[in-house]
Amino acid sequence: MVTLRLTGCWKSSCSIPELDHILQQIPDDTPALRITCDRSLVWDSILAVFLNRLLTYCRNKSIATNLSDLPSGVRTLLALAQKSSNRPPKATGRPGFVYRLGTLTINIFTQGKELVNFTGEIVLSLMLLVRGKTYFRFRDFFYFLQNCGADALPIVSLISILVGVILAFVGAVQLRMFGAQIYVANLVALSMVLEMGAMMSAVIMAGRTGASFAAQLGTMQVNEEIDALRTLGISPVSYLVLPRMLALICMMPLLCIYADLLGIAGGAIIGTGMLDFSFYEYIMQTKSAIHLDQISQGLIKSAVYGVLISFSGCYQGMNSGRSASAVGEATTSAVVLSIVLIVVSDAIMTVIFSL
Amino acid sequence: MSAQKVLSVIDVSSAYGDFVLLEHITFTIKRGDIFIIMGGSGCGKSTMLRHLIGLKRPYKGRVLYGDKDFWAGDEEDRQQIMRRAGVLYQSGALWSSMTLTENVALPLQRYTDLRPAAINELVEFKLSLVGLDGFGDFYPAELSGGMRKRAALARAIALDPEFLFFDEPSAGLDPVSSRRLDELILELRDSLGATVIIVTHELASIYSIATNAVFLDREAKTMLATGNPKTMVRESTNPVVRDFLTRGTGKPPEWMYE
Ligand SMILES: Nc1ncnc2c1ncn2[C@@H]1O[C@H](COP(=O)(O)OP(=O)(O)OP(=O)(O)O)[C@@H](O)[C@H]1O
Ligand SMILES: [Mg+2]
Repeated sequence: MVTLRLTGCWKSSCSIPELDHILQQIPDDTPALRITCDRSLVWDSILAVFLNRLLTYCRNKSIATNLSDLPSGVRTLLALAQKSSNRPPKATGRPGFVYRLGTLTINIFTQGKELVNFTGEIVLSLMLLVRGKTYFRFRDFFYFLQNCGADALPIVSLISILVGVILAFVGAVQLRMFGAQIYVANLVALSMVLEMGAMMSAVIMAGRTGASFAAQLGTMQVNEEIDALRTLGISPVSYLVLPRMLALICMMPLLCIYADLLGIAGGAIIGTGMLDFSFYEYIMQTKSAIHLDQISQGLIKSAVYGVLISFSGCYQGMNSGRSASAVGEATTSAVVLSIVLIVVSDAIMTVIFSL
Repeated sequence: MSAQKVLSVIDVSSAYGDFVLLEHITFTIKRGDIFIIMGGSGCGKSTMLRHLIGLKRPYKGRVLYGDKDFWAGDEEDRQQIMRRAGVLYQSGALWSSMTLTENVALPLQRYTDLRPAAINELVEFKLSLVGLDGFGDFYPAELSGGMRKRAALARAIALDPEFLFFDEPSAGLDPVSSRRLDELILELRDSLGATVIIVTHELASIYSIATNAVFLDREAKTMLATGNPKTMVRESTNPVVRDFLTRGTGKPPEWMYE
């Protein structure tokens, strides 16, 4: 029979002895271990952890243990810890290369499937909406119209004016060498109308609205709000996604026109302020530079961007995981995906339009 | 037995903006008590709890821990006091992007100098106390509601707190699990020597574990009764309190006398 007497401080703030050190002093053939303590013992659950390990060791070596002298609190804790669930821990460790490659491939396929599913669901809900057979909240729709439209004007104004100014400035420096400064107006007008107006407003909306769509839907996913809609028989796509998508698609071309206009105004500031054209001259030059079909090219592009931004925002939000960090990831991927899609689709459309 | 007063609430009033919720709340909690804050839904129980754990300043009155005025000091002082407390929030409030192990480990990393290995061992022990050993690698979203409650309990007791606060611990649990949770709370109180403050309207737990209680009311905007619920149900003359404690039957339920 071996007696182990505990004294002094057994708290997580004190240094406690190594278990192995104590185990070495217990002979292997000990039939029983008695653990006692004296009045100086102060403890917290570090002691219980220590004893728990000691008891496990003793059980494996079939050493009987006697704890009856310990404070009752410690004994209760140990008894509680014994009633364990005994669930084997999740498999850990890094899986092999083939396994990871396989998972990755399967993931790509399932993601592709989800994407197609989501697109299909949107198309179906749109058809239902047209026939008036789905639950669509016009209040939400008008709210998002305001949110994607009017509320975005300040930031769109700032960025477009500055883009116009930058274009005019860079152009002026180059064109001055040929004495063709007046073509600054053409340069600014054409690039705003064909590219920059649509592109800049799209990038702003991707960061501003696409991200917020993803965050909103992701948070609803976390709170099981989307499940609650499903159980009510309301399609989350027509109830949540459609108002957002339609609102952004309506607003993007308007924002694009606005951005075009302000970009040209930005160019005019440089043209009249720095290059000594009269305002009238500048505007007449601008008017002669652009045609309606060029403007409509920009508008078509911006409508397409609207589809892409709201699609990636809503898709990432609806497929977000159920944790705070998953919502964060969904938001990030929504923005990244929108910007990639914007640039890729821009390239494709530019080629198509120039055919 | 004259146990020491560890927490006193003196003439506290609470309000959200202009909306006054409760006025003139006064009660004291002794060491080792299981103190219940009860009342109908929306009467301000959770709000009262927020006054006690430093999340919301009462607009009038004092909260004393021992004899320290909780709200008179600054944020730092309050944190010093809250370091000795564990809280189980109404909805669990586990950090969703961390595994159970990480959830329970965070308070330990924040407040102790233990080595990572020791922390891991302590975390595993705490999880086994609530019957969740082996679930350390799970994320909160992968658990059932009751398991989440218990995991949150493991986090609340990570630092061996002197005060344990619970907001609706048994809401959403089946009667058996809810009873087990009550027993667990009792056992933890006994072994850790903690004082437990519980917000609940679960009559079964109120009768089986409470040593002391306060009854808040939404209409009266104040407390209607305080004391041991078993005495309260027999002696209170207030119809609201009686109705609540007898589920509107006027007679205390028989199993109360077990
Ligand atoms: N942040 C807040 N702002 C304004 N009013 C609030 C806020 N939080 C709670 N309230 C109001 O305070 C009242 C009490 O809320 P509290 O959460 O304390 O109730 P409770 O007693 O815990 O109810 P339950 O049992 O349903 O949890 C409610 O009427 C609620 O509307
Ligand atoms: Mg509450």
